[in-house]
Amino acid sequence: MSTLSALSKAETRLFLRDPVSVVVAVLLPTLILAGLGAVPALREPFPEIGMAFVAYFAPSLLVISIVQLGLQTLPTSLATYRERGVLRRYSATPVSPLAVLMVQLLVNLVTALLAVALLVAVAVLGFGVPAPQHPLDFALAALLGTSAVFSLGLLIAAVAPRARTAGGIGALAFMVTLFFAGTYLPNFLLPDAVQRIGAFIPPGVSTIKDSWVGTGADPLVLVVMAVTTVGASALAARLFRWE
Amino acid sequence: MPVIEVDKLHKRYRGHVAVQDVSFGVDEGEIFGICGRNGAGKTTTVECVGGLRVPDGGSISVLGLDPVRDRAALRRAVGIQLQASELPDRMRVQEAVELFASFYAHPADPDELIERWGLGGKRTAAFGRLSGGQKQRLSIVLALVGNPRVAILDELTTGLDPQARRDTWSAIEQIRDSGVTVVLVTHFMEEAERLCDRIALIDDGRVVAVDTPDGFVSGLPGGQRLRFRPSAEFPDALLTDLPEVHAVRRKAQTVEVTGRGDLLQAVTSALAVHRVMPVDLRLDQPTLDDAFVALTGRPQGE
Repeated sequence: MSTLSALSKAETRLFLRDPVSVVVAVLLPTLILAGLGAVPALREPFPEIGMAFVAYFAPSLLVISIVQLGLQTLPTSLATYRERGVLRRYSATPVSPLAVLMVQLLVNLVTALLAVALLVAVAVLGFGVPAPQHPLDFALAALLGTSAVFSLGLLIAAVAPRARTAGGIGALAFMVTLFFAGTYLPNFLLPDAVQRIGAFIPPGVSTIKDSWVGTGADPLVLVVMAVTTVGASALAARLFRWE
Repeated sequence: MPVIEVDKLHKRYRGHVAVQDVSFGVDEGEIFGICGRNGAGKTTTVECVGGLRVPDGGSISVLGLDPVRDRAALRRAVGIQLQASELPDRMRVQEAVELFASFYAHPADPDELIERWGLGGKRTAAFGRLSGGQKQRLSIVLALVGNPRVAILDELTTGLDPQARRDTWSAIEQIRDSGVTVVLVTHFMEEAERLCDRIALIDDGRVVAVDTPDGFVSGLPGGQRLRFRPSAEFPDALLTDLPEVHAVRRKAQTVEVTGRGDLLQAVTSALAVHRVMPVDLRLDQPTLDDAFVALTGRPQGE
């Protein structure tokens, strides 16, 4: 078995043993969606937003998966690996600690995309939400938005001196992001200014929503997400401390 | 032929010199101790030997490899157990050993290693649930799973209870007996004395001396001390004339003789010739600790 596949297997196993990540990131958003979708009124078109509430709110729920993994699980586990000398132990073997970092990134990324796919599937098949109207836009928006959030997570892992600090910064970023993504309060209830800022806060919920149930992705937001990804990961790579 | 050669190693951290001039050689198949108080530069030295830090000066050769230039080859041939490096809490013993085995082209058999190091009953136990001694044994297993020719073990027994420490000691002897050269970093003199074939004593970033444990101890002036009550009177000269004897002191009825070499044998034979019986004979052997104090000019704890 090659080293990388053994590492991926080990990290996946560890990930699945952490109930918080699995429940919050993978199951919770879909469960909330199912809960809301069970209310008939929320499946009917809602005059104020021009569509059913479940359809309007589903993209905001999907952000939970992305930010839980990108801003909580990833930075906390990398900072823990550093703090407890796990990266150091790997660095004494033929495996580069960079490989460990990449595998962690990959496991969380794949999980985020699976969670997004699960939510979309349940929304579409179970609760009458239309399938993504602009599938390419949607894929791009979800991928770039997720990458931007994950890069910020890497930046947190890079600069946080301890695992607890990483968890703290991550939790703050988690709450701010969910606020702007309209997960606490649906977007139409938020002031215009907040909505306009929120459009550019990773993962860029309005563009994900527009490509799912609206008129397509806003190219400017996609560019901002791409630039955030490149900038934050470059900075993280520069600042990352291995011990 | 030495498997490790360190020559004039120098390493500085931001404005603080950790290692100034360290040179020593480690022979194949020995347990080589690197001893000194905390902060003396022991860990920095072995981290440079293991290629985990880049020296600022001097040269290092391990199995003919340069730890910085030949980093990849070195990783395959040297097993390193580092201080304070853990595993993820939820990783299980067997998983960890198999994972680390997959990093090497010709690994040892994970099952056999686990069994040999007494972790057979803990295969499915999570790392976070292991005791300190079990974690250390797993650490050794992970350092050995690549079938290394050299094993570097840093402060292996710190924080272990006395029984676990003794278990670890016999484990280290096992490693040596299987033909692996062991570099053991420790600040426990008792451990170094008991295990090491040779020791480099490091103080304040410099090597104070390299010798066998016996060599360190017998090099002490007036190192050994005999005390007894003589069964009959005898003149001091009877003992002070012996080459092994350094001094003779009398305290009330007790005679105290200091000296070196085969002191006990020399003194008892001389007394026997004059039909003097040494009653309540006691021999105080100086320890490596005493040698340490004598060589560095201050006790270990300071």
